[in-house]
Amino acid sequence: MNFQFVLDNLAALTVTGLTQGSIYALVALGYTLVYGVLRLINFAHSEVFMIGTFTTTIIWAALGFGVGAAAPSTLGVLGLILAAVLAAGAASGATALVVERVAYRPLRKRNAPPLIFLISAIGASVALMEAAGAITNRQPRGMPSLVFPKVQFSIFGADVTNLQLGIIFSALLMWVGLDTFINRSRLGRGVRAVAQNPEVAALMGVNKDRVIMLIFILGGAMAGAASVLYDVKVGLTTYSVGFLIGIKAFTAAVLGGIGNLRGALLGGLLLGVVENYGAGVFGNQWMDVVAFLVLVVVLLFRPNGLLGESLGRARA
Amino acid sequence: MNALLESARRADERRAKAAIGIRDRWSSLPRPWRIAVLIAFIALLYSLPGLDIPLITTPDTDFTSVLFLCAVYVLVAVGLNVVIGLAGLLDLGYIGFYAVGAYTVAILGSPNSPVVVKYPWIVCVPIAIAVAMLSGVILGWPTLRLRGDYLAIVTLGFGEIIRVFALNSDITNGNRGINAVPTPSEADWPSWMTWFPTIHEGRPVFSVSSVIGFYWLALTVVIICMLGVRRLERSRVGRSWLAIREDEEAAELMGVPTFKYKLWAFAIGAALGGLSGALFFSKQTFINAQGFDLFTSILWVAAVVIGGAGNQLGVAVGAILLAYLPERFREFTDYRLLIFGVALIVMTIFRPQGLLPSRRRTVELEDRAKEAPVA
Repeated sequence: MNFQFVLDNLAALTVTGLTQGSIYALVALGYTLVYGVLRLINFAHSEVFMIGTFTTTIIWAALGFGVGAAAPSTLGVLGLILAAVLAAGAASGATALVVERVAYRPLRKRNAPPLIFLISAIGASVALMEAAGAITNRQPRGMPSLVFPKVQFSIFGADVTNLQLGIIFSALLMWVGLDTFINRSRLGRGVRAVAQNPEVAALMGVNKDRVIMLIFILGGAMAGAASVLYDVKVGLTTYSVGFLIGIKAFTAAVLGGIGNLRGALLGGLLLGVVENYGAGVFGNQWMDVVAFLVLVVVLLFRPNGLLGESLGRARA
Repeated sequence: MNALLESARRADERRAKAAIGIRDRWSSLPRPWRIAVLIAFIALLYSLPGLDIPLITTPDTDFTSVLFLCAVYVLVAVGLNVVIGLAGLLDLGYIGFYAVGAYTVAILGSPNSPVVVKYPWIVCVPIAIAVAMLSGVILGWPTLRLRGDYLAIVTLGFGEIIRVFALNSDITNGNRGINAVPTPSEADWPSWMTWFPTIHEGRPVFSVSSVIGFYWLALTVVIICMLGVRRLERSRVGRSWLAIREDEEAAELMGVPTFKYKLWAFAIGAALGGLSGALFFSKQTFINAQGFDLFTSILWVAAVVIGGAGNQLGVAVGAILLAYLPERFREFTDYRLLIFGVALIVMTIFRPQGLLPSRRRTVELEDRAKEAPVA
């Protein structure tokens, strides 16, 4: 119990929490999109994230930024990040799409009960994770640090580095893009329609299968972007990296109200901050426990999450 | 490719039909016959360690230990089946109860635990069951009111909390763990049974050097628990569970106190989980936070569903496959989980009701398939 420490470092803990939370939020978007439309916990989403982290290292190495490479210029950093986001987004989106095609679509055709979907999802998750483990010999893969944290400014006594700023703003940017897409575009309207009522949406001419493909690709792309941010922040990845991040992100999605894009953002940021406070009070090893306890308490008082669930009424 | 899939599917249909045929023929046998065959089968199970049957024995590990692991996993599956197969509640953190049971025995019975009083094994195990059951009620009381999907994540969280607690708490000795977990000793047996603990090659059966006693013990416990759960399944409680699984709202409207029976399912499942944990670590005699990872917990759920949730024989088969195959095929260590994952997907597509489905669930799934949207 160390409340004094938390009080003294409240601002600093908040900043690190927001940084971690924005990565959770991006991954949570994938869970939320799929859940909002299909009422399905896509357990394999954590592996979609994992594929993204490896794609990032591969594309960086291919662009000459392997282990031992010199730090590139500012423009080079931006270029590398952009390339990684594109590549990881594409790879993760493709993985998500394959999972949908192989593991979920045959079951949907048969109207299988939710439990069966979950088992198939677990199977896909295990298969992807173990395939990555076999390919990488279960060795962690490091990468040179792309951004050297430099303090930009201080707020309430907390030093904010360029790395933290970059991660938070990139995540916000991705989220704004997705939110706008879902709320303003024609395809996004289709997604919301299917989330609200699949049968009526089908009668109105929305192609349900195409919408489902779309949400898997979008969710996968968000996870891909998150994986780049994760790589820049942590600089290390292994085949099992997705498991914990996936659980946390799902927790974040439930916390904010699953099926709700704004809920995913709020839940992610909140989870990151709260678990950081918890780690400050009880010690680092209790971080995950605090995260789950917060989830249970929130669900007890607000069973639909903080912002309520519903992708269909995302505008509200 | 498609032709291959088609022929595989047809072969599986034939296998399922044959299984159903055998089951029908079995239930039409006269009762004395059935009991006689069952007793013979159970006798075979008890004598498996000594039989040394080629092909099924494990070349790389002690076969009796593998059998013991199978028995413990079957017990886990029987408990998890109550929660998932009968009541239809998705519990992804079942390993938490297993850990609670195991740690209770270790903490109360080991001379090296922070709690200095050392109780004998025979006292520890009932306490472990009670503590696990209590933890099930404590977890279930607030969370069983939540919707099904949320229950999954909350139970997952519970499993992780227990693991982190075991890793970091003083009472569990953290990562150093607790050794000298009590084993059943001769002093625990009633006097007329003292001949029994030494009959195996003149050595005491419950010792580190001889696993056979533990296997027999676990097998006995499994048989008792399976019979008990079977009685429950066919009682008023079991019918309520089925009603809750198939349609909770309808069950509530028909006057089934759903929350009460869900809590019962959770508590009974937790008690069985605690018992299996207690048994397993009595044999290991050492316990620390490793081996309580959520991944194992998720694999258990998969085993129950693959075997055929709702059917005790089915979940037993699923559990045995999960425990036995990795030990038998050690040479595939690197790929076994990969194969397992692919097998899970293939299973859910071709046989969502499991290898040995419960009859009622098969009907349920067929009903659902008929309702499938045309789109």
